Amino acid sequence: MANTLTTDIGIKPGLGAGKPGPLGGDPLRPGSADSKDWPPGWTSEDAAEPQKYRIGMWVALASILMLFISLTSAYIVRGVPALGGGQDDWLPIDMPRVLWVNTAILLVSSVSIEFARHALKRNEYSRFRGWITLTTLLGVAFLVGQLMAWRQLAAQGVFINSHPHSSFFYLLTSLHGLHLLGGVIALTYVTVAAMRLRIGFKRRNAVNVTALYWHFMDGLWIYLFGLLFFFR
Amino acid sequence: MSDVVHPVHGEVHRHPAPTGFIRKYVFSTDHKVIGIQYWCLALFAVFIGMFFSLIMRLQLGWPGQEWGFLKTLFPHAAANGTISGELYLSLLTMHGTIMVFFVLTTAPQGGFGNYFLPIQIGAADMAFPVLNMMSFWITFLALLVLISAFFVNFFVDDPNMVNVIGPIGGWTGYAPLSALGDRAGPGQGTGVLLWITSIALFCVASLLGALNFITTMLNMRARGMSLMRLPLTCWAWFTTAVLALLSFPVLLAAGILLLLDHLAGTSFFIPGNEYVSGQLVKEHSGGSPILWQHLFWFFGHPEVYIAILPGMGLTSHILSTFARKPVFGYRAMVYAIFAIGLLGFFVWGHHMFISGMSPYSAIAFSLITLTIGVPSAIKTFNWLGTLWGGQIRFTSPMLFAIGFVSLFVSGGITGLFLGQTSIDIPLHDTSFVVGHFHLIMGVAAIFGMFAGTYFWFPKMFGKMMNEGLGKLHFLLTFAGVNAIFIPMHIMGMAGQTRRYLFHWNPTTGEGLHYLSNMTPLTRFVSIAAFVTIGAQLIFLVNLVWSWAKGRKASDNPWEATSLEWTIPSPPPHDNFAGIEPEVYRGPYEYSVPGASKDYVMQSEPGPAEVHGD
Amino acid sequence: MGKITGVLVFLIAIGSVLLFVGQKMIFGSVLWWFPEGISEHAPRIDAQFMRTLWVVGISFTVAQVALGYAVIKFGRKGDARAVYTHGSNKLEAVWTIITAAVFVILAILGQRVWAQLHLSAAADDATRIHVYAQQFQWNFHYPGADGEFGKTEGKYYDDSALNFVGLDPNDAAGKDDAQLTTLVIPKDRPVELTLRSKDVIHSFFVPALRFKQDSVPGMNIKIHFTANKEGKYEIPCAELCGSLHYNMKSNMVVIPADEYDRLVRMPEEKFKEQLGELLQRYPY
Repeated sequence: MANTLTTDIGIKPGLGAGKPGPLGGDPLRPGSADSKDWPPGWTSEDAAEPQKYRIGMWVALASILMLFISLTSAYIVRGVPALGGGQDDWLPIDMPRVLWVNTAILLVSSVSIEFARHALKRNEYSRFRGWITLTTLLGVAFLVGQLMAWRQLAAQGVFINSHPHSSFFYLLTSLHGLHLLGGVIALTYVTVAAMRLRIGFKRRNAVNVTALYWHFMDGLWIYLFGLLFFFR
Repeated sequence: MSDVVHPVHGEVHRHPAPTGFIRKYVFSTDHKVIGIQYWCLALFAVFIGMFFSLIMRLQLGWPGQEWGFLKTLFPHAAANGTISGELYLSLLTMHGTIMVFFVLTTAPQGGFGNYFLPIQIGAADMAFPVLNMMSFWITFLALLVLISAFFVNFFVDDPNMVNVIGPIGGWTGYAPLSALGDRAGPGQGTGVLLWITSIALFCVASLLGALNFITTMLNMRARGMSLMRLPLTCWAWFTTAVLALLSFPVLLAAGILLLLDHLAGTSFFIPGNEYVSGQLVKEHSGGSPILWQHLFWFFGHPEVYIAILPGMGLTSHILSTFARKPVFGYRAMVYAIFAIGLLGFFVWGHHMFISGMSPYSAIAFSLITLTIGVPSAIKTFNWLGTLWGGQIRFTSPMLFAIGFVSLFVSGGITGLFLGQTSIDIPLHDTSFVVGHFHLIMGVAAIFGMFAGTYFWFPKMFGKMMNEGLGKLHFLLTFAGVNAIFIPMHIMGMAGQTRRYLFHWNPTTGEGLHYLSNMTPLTRFVSIAAFVTIGAQLIFLVNLVWSWAKGRKASDNPWEATSLEWTIPSPPPHDNFAGIEPEVYRGPYEYSVPGASKDYVMQSEPGPAEVHGD
Repeated sequence: MGKITGVLVFLIAIGSVLLFVGQKMIFGSVLWWFPEGISEHAPRIDAQFMRTLWVVGISFTVAQVALGYAVIKFGRKGDARAVYTHGSNKLEAVWTIITAAVFVILAILGQRVWAQLHLSAAADDATRIHVYAQQFQWNFHYPGADGEFGKTEGKYYDDSALNFVGLDPNDAAGKDDAQLTTLVIPKDRPVELTLRSKDVIHSFFVPALRFKQDSVPGMNIKIHFTANKEGKYEIPCAELCGSLHYNMKSNMVVIPADEYDRLVRMPEEKFKEQLGELLQRYPY
């Protein structure tokens, strides 16, 4: 569809402008019959907004990734004999069994957040509330599970300074947990908004961006899990 | 949403300006205010850093001499008027940390970048104004924490700690000296913890800033502002932000590991069988000191490009503006910026040739290091090409941009020595390195900041700076910095080692005999330093006087072409007053044949230029 | 202003060049330069340095002169317009290729001496000495008459008992070993030093030898070189190691090989006595 409105109202396109909104409406025609997505008074400057949050999130994920990559390289240097590591004191810890459960919880939460997103796109608000609440609870359950894993290890006398491997275990799980907690806080915000039926345009965007972050945290956990317990 | 304005032709949604002193000038989300805040922080920090270097140069030139004012300033650490070894190292550590982080990584990017990136691309603000505000205040907090590190033992009158102030491990904080705590050296316990905390906070703030810069540049350009029409300043800020995004997390990781070695009894960097202060250390083993160096320099090398790239972008911009000529080879300049940024990630090992790492990887790092000289050379040629055939207006910003080119040549070219493994053997950890990095960071990058200040002061504050004072400042500083740092190369060749309290004391005959003839050169450097530092007061006076009483600045006092010169000086709250700018041509259309004036602004409607984009 | 700036740039260029190549002319002798090289590989490092100095010197001078010339010549003249050009791809290509070629060649040449020093082990008959760096002294461990180094272990470090290198008291081979704070080496014979550190990173540096190597705790780093001139040379520590980093220096004494062989077979006390004479024999 020709974007005559671009010249009409002289609005900058921004990335992704001209693409139809999630309900198929023309994003550059505020107040038109097609734009069921957008609240009244919205301007197309807001069309640029979802793009910027999405870009911002990808950029943020790149830096978080770098953090874990550098810690991975430290892990490898310390643990791989070919690089002068892997000495007798490396002593990899036994995996606390609860971590399998935690991994499963996180995987399920990724699925549930996707269901939540799709429900919201179709404006099925009660479904959305259900799925997003479930996701939040699963996130909290994961964190609780991590704490349980730590307690199990502590009960066996394995602490952060016990061996190099345990040092990395505690460090990597706590950093991941901290970042995940940030995700849980974001989820809580969205869930509460959902409960109050305040799911405007901006908050839909928040759900999408939170989902992106959440999937990344899930993937990161799988990676760390693999690194700590299958590459040692 | 009572303040919604329905868009009309050419307008965008306007947000109302903040009211009240706190929201306007303290906790502001306006990128212009935040830019000025960063710039002021850097100004404050640079004077502290210079003051410390003044004391160090005093000590190096006249070792063992008593100075009354030192006793007043440091009643414990300089109790008899002379600088103790620990105080010297502490000053050195703080000087490096403050200058590299709080001056070179703030003003060029967080200061000028924050202020002018949105305007130069035609946006009303950064993508995430609240994050922007947070990143400044976290930086500010980091500075406070760092300063507190310096005072860790300032007030302690304990005879055993009488000479101690802050961490003494240098801004590079090599482990295990930085990991073993107080037993390895005074100030290495709490001092190091505070130092790491400060740096960790700084990392977070920088990451937030980088996020903002990248998103803004990708997403918020005005109509017609295609990538190849961006001023080179924007390309520099963008690449710098990408470097910061990918390198600061590594420093953060290193800092976390070091913190854990201190606080949690881990051994990331501490090997076994450590015998420190007469005691065998039993609770640590198996760590690798070289791991710290790898992590630190993986960050550290991109960091130095973070420090210089904005200056390079600005130099291109200013040279073109005042030579009234387009930038020579705009596309090559952009690719050179990318190349420098990218290659910058693969050369960190050249700081570690002598460290004990694999000699094979040393060779690889050396070969890549010398290739990074190629894009830098290209940029130098293009700067010369920009000047060639110009109609140069010698304003203060132009002088400093010209100075930048000269200093970049001087500082960069000695990298050819240090980047070769064989030649690094005699030169590593000598004054040769100190001369090299000061010329390139401590002077060229600073000249970039001076150029930016003189160039943009009128826009930021609505007043012109005094040209006479600017020229005097330039002449004294340009001559002075060369006098300080070029001799250091010779001193390094003679074998003068770094981070020494003194090398040779002519009065007592103590020190390194092979350096006994260095005294005249050392004193020459110190005196040059005093004069040059003194000359900066001219700059300070000019700033204050111009801000208060300078001649009013027009919208476009320099007759420049980029978008910031289309708006009032200083700009309104939302930059373009609700009108979205439209860009029709590249940023360096000067002396276009057939045009009525010798410059055509980017926003001036009409066909794009014949040659460029 | 352009003229003043241009002249200033010229002066800086001239001054720098003079400092590097004109000291003899100005002062009658070269006052400030590398000390005379005393190792077998020193001439090769110095040669590579000179090659690089030529390249750097020429590039530096050409660039600064071009800059100075540009600012003198191209000052504003009334209302004239500048030359309107966006660049020249041809020029870019030419100067990029030339620069790249020069830098790459220099880079490759610059690895040769490094490879000779670091990619090959010391000769089998090299004189071996162990080095233990600590805050704030250098300790040199000599194998004594039996030519065998006694075992050392961290748990035996005892500074107060002067067992700086941690000799195992149960190891017979260590009974004749000597621990000195001066490095004595034979002339014209390959020497292999094994660098260890007891606490933090230090760095073994002898400017005249054109050698420098960090000693890193937790690592045993072997280096080798051959000294070819007798004399006494200072060893400053070249890696920040704490408050007395500036005062952590030692001496290296190069003596005739047969004298070295005699000395190293002496018991520690006699070796130390001889040291006094050695240190006196050679001035700095």
